[in-house]
Amino acid sequence: MDTLAQHDNDSLPGDFAIWIFIFAELLVFGVFFLAYAFSRANNVELFNESQMQLDRIAGAANTLVLITSSYFVVRAVAAIRTGNSTRCVHWLLAAIAMGGVFLVIKLFEFGDKFSAGISLSTNTFFMFYLSLTFFHFMHVILGMVILAAVLFKARSGGYSAQEHTGVETGASYWHMVDLVWLILFPLVYVIH
Amino acid sequence: MQYSSQAVAKPYFIAAIGLFVGQILFGLILGAQYVIGDFLFPEIPFNVARMVHTNLLIVWLLFGFMGAAYYLVPEEAERELYSPKLAIALFWIFLVAGALTIVGYLAVPYATLAAVTGNDLLPTMGREFLEQPTITKIGIVVVALAFLFNIGMTIISGRKTVVNIVLLTGLTGLAVLFLFAFYNPVNLVLDKMFWWWVVHLWVEGVWELIMAAILAFVLIRLTGVDREVIEKWLYVIIAMALITGIIGTGHHYYWIGTPEYWQWWGSIFSALEPIPFFMMTVFAFNVVNRRRKEHPNKAATLWALGCAVMAFLGAGVWGFLHTLAPVNFYTHGSQITAAHGHMAFYGAYVLVVITMISYAWPHLQHNAPAANGRAQLLEMWSFWLMTISMVFITLFLTGAGILQVYLQRVSDTPLPFMVVQDKIALFYWMRLYAGLAFFIGLCLYVYSFFAKGKESLASS
Repeated sequence: MDTLAQHDNDSLPGDFAIWIFIFAELLVFGVFFLAYAFSRANNVELFNESQMQLDRIAGAANTLVLITSSYFVVRAVAAIRTGNSTRCVHWLLAAIAMGGVFLVIKLFEFGDKFSAGISLSTNTFFMFYLSLTFFHFMHVILGMVILAAVLFKARSGGYSAQEHTGVETGASYWHMVDLVWLILFPLVYVIH
Repeated sequence: MQYSSQAVAKPYFIAAIGLFVGQILFGLILGAQYVIGDFLFPEIPFNVARMVHTNLLIVWLLFGFMGAAYYLVPEEAERELYSPKLAIALFWIFLVAGALTIVGYLAVPYATLAAVTGNDLLPTMGREFLEQPTITKIGIVVVALAFLFNIGMTIISGRKTVVNIVLLTGLTGLAVLFLFAFYNPVNLVLDKMFWWWVVHLWVEGVWELIMAAILAFVLIRLTGVDREVIEKWLYVIIAMALITGIIGTGHHYYWIGTPEYWQWWGSIFSALEPIPFFMMTVFAFNVVNRRRKEHPNKAATLWALGCAVMAFLGAGVWGFLHTLAPVNFYTHGSQITAAHGHMAFYGAYVLVVITMISYAWPHLQHNAPAANGRAQLLEMWSFWLMTISMVFITLFLTGAGILQVYLQRVSDTPLPFMVVQDKIALFYWMRLYAGLAFFIGLCLYVYSFFAKGKESLASS
């Protein structure tokens, strides 16, 4: 266990390239969040009023879903660190399934908004709401694709207790997707 | 040269440099016409010279890209080119079609050219940068498809490297996106919207893939750094280029009649477009600093580093200057745009093609890894002369642009366009002088190919 802990402290988990990618992604979302904050400061009433039309229950449910999926990914990494590929595959499958649940809930939310006649051109708040959640939605899909790629490699025994950089790489990306939602949800759905 | 079929790159490079000289000559004519309105009128009107200047740029860069692909694909795939004969045939078809098009621009009025070439059957002419007669456009598609077939077959049956795959992806994107040149809706908003799918998604999308692949190939060869390291950089750079570049198209949609959300999407995504260029600069210097061998071709290393830096400045920094919607509200279509366009094309695409030529030419011409010392010295001089001149062209145009935007659009008593043009004429004169210095640098570059050194050819 000591050696494992030491390994963790020495370097970033996963491939270094994914971290450059993660920082770049966070930068894009960060700029978007800042733009949201500045626009809101100029239109507080409009933002507060429009925000009331969002489905906070669905948003909160999705927050729980994503946090749970991140927990499953943590378990998948823990499993492969002990060399247990089968268990790793099962946890990854569970995480991907939770990603699927997120997408379904989000699709219902989008459908609800579109049927209410809300679009990108409705007002600045909904422009931000739809853009941010749509870009995040696409990232959930990409995250699921990455986890699926890791899953297939794990299933064919491609990872071991010694060499499992790929699992950590996929996990890091998935946590980023989760992290962005953890900022997005309170910022866009709750704070007013 | 490892594979004899790589030699087909040679005529492509020669044609590229020849057309480059033509492009700069027309640039000088244009620069003069900015300050001497009737210079060469009516023989070469401004709009025709501009068309020739921009079209020659695109065509010679395409020659450069194709030459680069023919040189590097066999070496990466570790096999001969699928069909060298096809490559040579395409070269002549493309050259003759290109030459006829330019002659058409210069010899007859544009409307006559449109009538003669049957533009009414499938109207595609009359749009900036896509002025080519429809039959020329069809020719470009045919050449592009046959070219893709040729290098695609080479790659498929050879060693598959990341450099080759990225290059092939970029070139395929180039060919596919050009198809939007044939889409010419009556609605002007839609017309402009899809016009950018060719223009923007080329230079701020798929061309960046081509550029990154060429740069990566040359740097692998020059520095001996592990392929794995360079490939990882390549992945991250192209991912960033596509993330920021594709939705970054929105920075052209601010004022053409598209919905308002494009002002946000365009501003946010294109504000991050400097990142992949910055990464390319860090990547190039990082790799050169970690080099595992001293390659005798010093000139090629200089071109490669210069390419990364100038692309970051021209495309990245000068693009960012006017990419945010609130800024662009005042600056769009001004000399700021021209400043950005000049340095971005020079830094990113002119220099990457010259980098490739500089690396490949000694192999193609002398079967040696590097040209003689004197030729390399001349090349380096030409690099500095052209690059510094381009920096000044950009600075003068930026000065002209700032003044223009203020006098014409920001001040309390805005002046008419032509009055402002007269007031900023000094900047145009200085730009013309900088252009002449650039041309001298280019002549020096051409001369470097013929320079004989005292020592025999350098050996590795």
